[in-house]
Amino acid sequence: MTRFGLSLSILAMAISIPVHAHARDQIEVVGSSTVFPFATSVAEQFGRMGKFKTPVVEATGSGGGLKLFCSGIGLQHPDVTNASRRIKKKEFDKCQANGIDMTEIVIGFDGIVLANARNGVPLKLTRKQIYLATAKLVPDPNKPCQAAWCAPIANPYKKWSDIDASLPDMKIEILGPPPTSGTRDAFQELAMSKGANSFPHMKALKKTDKSLWKKLTRTIREDGGWIDAGENDNLMVSKLAANSRAVGVFGFSFLDQNAEKIRGAIVEDVVPSFDNIADGKYGISRSLYFYIKQAHVGTVPGILEYVREFTSEDAFGEDGYLLDKGLIPLPRQERLKYRKDGQNLTKLSM
Amino acid sequence: MTEFSQTDARKAQLAKRYRAETRFKAFGIGAICTAGLILLFLMGSILISSLPAFTQHYVTLDIEISERHIDTQNLADSDWRGLARASLRAQFPDVQGRRDKRALGKLLSLGASDDVRDYVLANPSSLGTSVRLPVTFSDDIDLLLKGVIDRELPENERVVSNQDLAWLDQLVAEGRISRKFATKIFTNGDSREPELAGLRGALVGTLWTLLVTLLASFPLGVMAAIYLEEIAPKNRLTRIIEVNINNLAAVPSIVFGLLGLAVFINFFGMPRSAPLVGGLVLALMTLPRIIIPTRAAFAAIPPSIREAAMGVGASRLQVIMHHVLPLAMPGILTGTIIGLAQAAGETAPLLMIGMMAFIVDVPTDVTAKATVLPAQIYMWANNPERAFMARTSAGIVVLLSLLLLVNATAIYFRKRFEKRW
Repeated sequence: MTRFGLSLSILAMAISIPVHAHARDQIEVVGSSTVFPFATSVAEQFGRMGKFKTPVVEATGSGGGLKLFCSGIGLQHPDVTNASRRIKKKEFDKCQANGIDMTEIVIGFDGIVLANARNGVPLKLTRKQIYLATAKLVPDPNKPCQAAWCAPIANPYKKWSDIDASLPDMKIEILGPPPTSGTRDAFQELAMSKGANSFPHMKALKKTDKSLWKKLTRTIREDGGWIDAGENDNLMVSKLAANSRAVGVFGFSFLDQNAEKIRGAIVEDVVPSFDNIADGKYGISRSLYFYIKQAHVGTVPGILEYVREFTSEDAFGEDGYLLDKGLIPLPRQERLKYRKDGQNLTKLSM
Repeated sequence: MTEFSQTDARKAQLAKRYRAETRFKAFGIGAICTAGLILLFLMGSILISSLPAFTQHYVTLDIEISERHIDTQNLADSDWRGLARASLRAQFPDVQGRRDKRALGKLLSLGASDDVRDYVLANPSSLGTSVRLPVTFSDDIDLLLKGVIDRELPENERVVSNQDLAWLDQLVAEGRISRKFATKIFTNGDSREPELAGLRGALVGTLWTLLVTLLASFPLGVMAAIYLEEIAPKNRLTRIIEVNINNLAAVPSIVFGLLGLAVFINFFGMPRSAPLVGGLVLALMTLPRIIIPTRAAFAAIPPSIREAAMGVGASRLQVIMHHVLPLAMPGILTGTIIGLAQAAGETAPLLMIGMMAFIVDVPTDVTAKATVLPAQIYMWANNPERAFMARTSAGIVVLLSLLLLVNATAIYFRKRFEKRW
């Protein structure tokens, strides 16, 4: 009987574990895996000060984060979401429909680089060449377009030298982020679409049929020239080091950390360096964001203080610790603006 | 004579058969050797790449614990980082200018402040005196000293500048550098600084999660198995249940994660990233892995034992509780332990319920935010800092040791309590 009693009490213990958590005293952050290294650094530093618990940061991707963020007000929903792109109108409307008011903070820039192994040929590209190397459908090289519109053909370029004689005689082999990645979205928008616009008829198409223009300029080739290499950028770096013909597409911080193995391609005559991205000279760079759920300020302790830590000069300033993690700072004026927005909880409207 | 030729043919045939058998054996040995070599290579490369993570370089500084940096009334809130950096700067009096001073300060880890603070808190008498104390180097300097970063490379290709190298060489010449076992990897929670990142949070999180898994799946699994094997009538319904349990064992684990998200978090409102939810999800996954071996353990007990007990007048409950269950226990425990070991190595279902997150604090109960070892390893593998590569391998070594320990326990139980008939 005692054994039976023991097993009963173990069962009872298992069942009686408190299910509903007490009021949350820990900030919950979700969102982009690009912003993740920065948000975690700030969270750690914030926790180190000892006044509040260290926030929990989860990398769900920009879209996934906004979905969780906009699903409602209440302690089971996150307080802050990170994004490597701006919130879309559709997402914003969904948020509003659920009664969520938010504050938008831009934390800095991130450059997207094309890089290959140090022992490979140094690359010097234009955005037009990047577009021709990566798009599924491109303008026919044999029939320059004179009319208002010419039908594109399947990408005929197999080697870099097919695109331009100045480029190396080497098979096009690009390792890039998969479709779930915000880096890929930004690459498509900033490198491919802009490169496509160097063809006048493509640029004209943007005005007449924007959705077709988007589809044509942002669809990546599927004939083996582009290889989806997964979200793990470290893996990509070691693949590049092992294969001198391959070119990788990823965030600047990985180039920065692995400078002895890989070399960034020069794009539009600009070297992908810290200063060039900060000055806005390097073309393929984007802003990074986070959004604060206003209704949770005051309910979950420490949100304002977390935002203050994130927007302090010590963190996202010109000499801040986020720089060591690869963040490229905003100009001073904008930093002041977002620091103020964060403390006043300026409401975002679209 | 005919007999002789017949034997001859037989001999030839026999030799052929022997040859076939030898070949078959050779293939078998070859397969084992290949598998062994691959395993050896894998383990060897992980072990070797994990080695740098188990040691850490320190620089010994003369630290003057004075009022200038420290608020004696409020020790926890004092400027310990400023103190550590000022002590390093004292070694290089000719370093001037804000930029250089900052660069010099960056030789030290963000955790250097903790080294000083912990020492003073442990030795309050040191206030107002000057002490020699080893403090943690930053990850890049540590890697350079370990030779992972090659100092012969041109300056623009390595993360450590020539200036840093000059400072470092001076410190080496003064004999201030020491290399010690990196205890932080076992005592700290997660961190964004590789030299401070530790596995304690993930280890404790794994234990909490497995505790919930055990408490939820063991009683349920064993009860289900007892009923199905000993009590239930063998009819169409029980056969359907049986087939479904076997099916459940083959369901991809991510499906359980989706179920956990929909049921436990969205419907029951349980907290995200908590070992409670993680444990329940893993329990669902482990259930068939307990039920199947438990039933096998019951089926392996000879009917004579049951019949003998019944013969002396035991009730069905008594037969099960007094005779069959104790005899089946080794088999049940082995199944449970192996099921739990599998659960301990699982990441996919935990991704859906938010246990793949950056969590610094060590969890204190089953509703606290927590992560588990495999998730921690995955997150480290994604970090850009070079030093996290070694940390990742070290995490794998710890996880493998844990699994080895668990499986060894299973074997021990089996050998210790096993009965043969």
